[in-house]
Amino acid sequence: MNPNYLDFEQPIAELQAKIEELRLVSSDSQVNLSDEISRLEEKSRKLTESIFKDLTPWQVSQLSRHPQRPYTLDYLEHIFTDFDELHGDRNFADDAALVGGIARLNDAPVMVIGHQKGRDVKEKVRRNFGMPRPEGYRKACRLMEMAERFKMPILTFIDTPGAYPGIDAEERGQSEAIAYNLAVMSRLKTPIISTVVGEGGSGGALAIGVCDELQMLQYSTYSVISPEGCASILWKSATKASDAAQAMGITAERLKELGFVDSLIKEPLGGSHRHPLTTAERVKEALTASLERLQAMDTDALLERRYKRLMSYGASAA
Amino acid sequence: MSWLDKIVPSMGRIQRKDRRASVPDGLWRKCPKCEAVLYLPELEKHNSVCPKCDHHLRLTARKRLDWFLDKAGREEIAAEIEPNDRLKFRDSKKYKDRLTAAQKDTGEKDALVAMRGELDGLPVVAVAFEFTFMGGSMGAVVGEKFVRAATLALEENIPLVCFAASGGARMQEALFSLMQMAKTSAALEKLKQAGVPYISVLTDPVFGGVSASLAMLGDLNIAEPNALIGFAGPRVIEQTVRETLPEGFQRSEFLLEHGTVDMIVHRHEMRARVGSVLRKLTHHDATPVSSLSTDDTDVSEPIVEEAALADTADVTFESIEPPKKDTSSTAKSDDHTRNA
Repeated sequence: MNPNYLDFEQPIAELQAKIEELRLVSSDSQVNLSDEISRLEEKSRKLTESIFKDLTPWQVSQLSRHPQRPYTLDYLEHIFTDFDELHGDRNFADDAALVGGIARLNDAPVMVIGHQKGRDVKEKVRRNFGMPRPEGYRKACRLMEMAERFKMPILTFIDTPGAYPGIDAEERGQSEAIAYNLAVMSRLKTPIISTVVGEGGSGGALAIGVCDELQMLQYSTYSVISPEGCASILWKSATKASDAAQAMGITAERLKELGFVDSLIKEPLGGSHRHPLTTAERVKEALTASLERLQAMDTDALLERRYKRLMSYGASAA
Repeated sequence: MSWLDKIVPSMGRIQRKDRRASVPDGLWRKCPKCEAVLYLPELEKHNSVCPKCDHHLRLTARKRLDWFLDKAGREEIAAEIEPNDRLKFRDSKKYKDRLTAAQKDTGEKDALVAMRGELDGLPVVAVAFEFTFMGGSMGAVVGEKFVRAATLALEENIPLVCFAASGGARMQEALFSLMQMAKTSAALEKLKQAGVPYISVLTDPVFGGVSASLAMLGDLNIAEPNALIGFAGPRVIEQTVRETLPEGFQRSEFLLEHGTVDMIVHRHEMRARVGSVLRKLTHHDATPVSSLSTDDTDVSEPIVEEAALADTADVTFESIEPPKKDTSSTAKSDDHTRNA
């Protein structure tokens, strides 16, 4: 089994392996196999299309956590220019699970903040698997208030399993750090756009996710609890995660139907990790368009709109 | 079979029957901490604080507000809002059925009760979580009710007090629940900007989405003694860090030590303490706005009609009438002397 492919992608992986083999053979010998290769590539594309046409929420959830999926720093590299990373919450420490700083989008200065996971084991540990501690959220808050002072829009990238559930995090007030951000973000006098690029894990995601426009990549998820967590509590068995994923409606598509998402960004065939550059381009387009809409509003109108938007969540229940 | 064997089963039957007849269901309750068996009416006189070990047992939302607010001038806020299963959520049971069962068990429509009323004559808006309603979890109705209560406090410029007791966001409402965190926090930020006091009282237990939003945003965060409060539950943390948790972890005393709450207040002192704080924050005189002067009488004042008080200002409490709470008023005076 090829670890770069998820279990439901294995047929594609097998076909790709065959193509690679043929390539090796054809470069070694004089036999021309290019016809055969292009025939197989066409077949692989069709297969991918058919598999990706009808993904279950649980499969989407697995894609959203794919180890090769682009992370915040990848988007920073491809979408923005002139990035200065800023560190630390000025109180306790710098949290590597949450990165942020000033950069330029189409030459205009912006504040970029996002969760950051690691690629290799060492980096994963250093980034704490993208699970911030209170100092991470407090750094984010500091940067967002700075963005307000310097009239820069705030662009956040969400990709976290959740806020870190650890002893030290509790000691330093994880709850308070998240709650404080929610309150502050509701009144910041600058446009805020949040983009879910991977996992939108509960309060840990929302703590940088209160926004004027919410964008989601096609195979990203956003939920109140992980499907596994929900399954182990409500079904008393973590193996029911796929049922939980279905029931909670965690995919971008479903959340768009429910009215939470403003723009759904289509991913290239096979998911964003197969074509990171194309994905980054599409995210950039969506950000640019969204920013244009929001910057056309004056600040009071923007804030009123944000407050109404927050108040509308679940209000029809009333 | 001896004569004793013959007679014993029938004696057992009689005894069981007798017990059933003489001790109606629900008249006794075991203290979850010291395991003392407590007589329920006696326990209620003590505001559900164990008279043996001082453990604060959980209170229902209605009892909490009934005890906290003055008897006169109460008005429930947004009582009509009902939950709505928009996702048609179904796990091992349908969410709709869980709601119906919870409504039947608790007599509440959802997990939050909100009231406008007075605290020793000072107008306040108070809300309390009903923990027995699906673990006091926050869904759309809880969020909406909270926001309406906060908005009323803002419009009338009177303090907001919240008694939280919740396991967190309600999973069955998925992202709708999560967004209630942002919604309630935004409403509280308006109060903060306008200088309207908000006091968050944390009672056992407060976790997850409620902890990480409205419960931590008080101008003052006050905890009841020994309440379990945190972001992630102890079991989740233990599984994540794979070490045993320190003694007293996530208890009120731990939170006080780490700077998360301003103070720990005994339930018997809560009314007086919150009142005293709010009267300072709102620039009222130190004495309660109602006519009574000493702290002790202040604490037990709500159970007596104001008119009756005016007529019998000099009469002692015992003679006025209410056998219902006069022991508790004694208990309170005792506490005062102890603490003083």
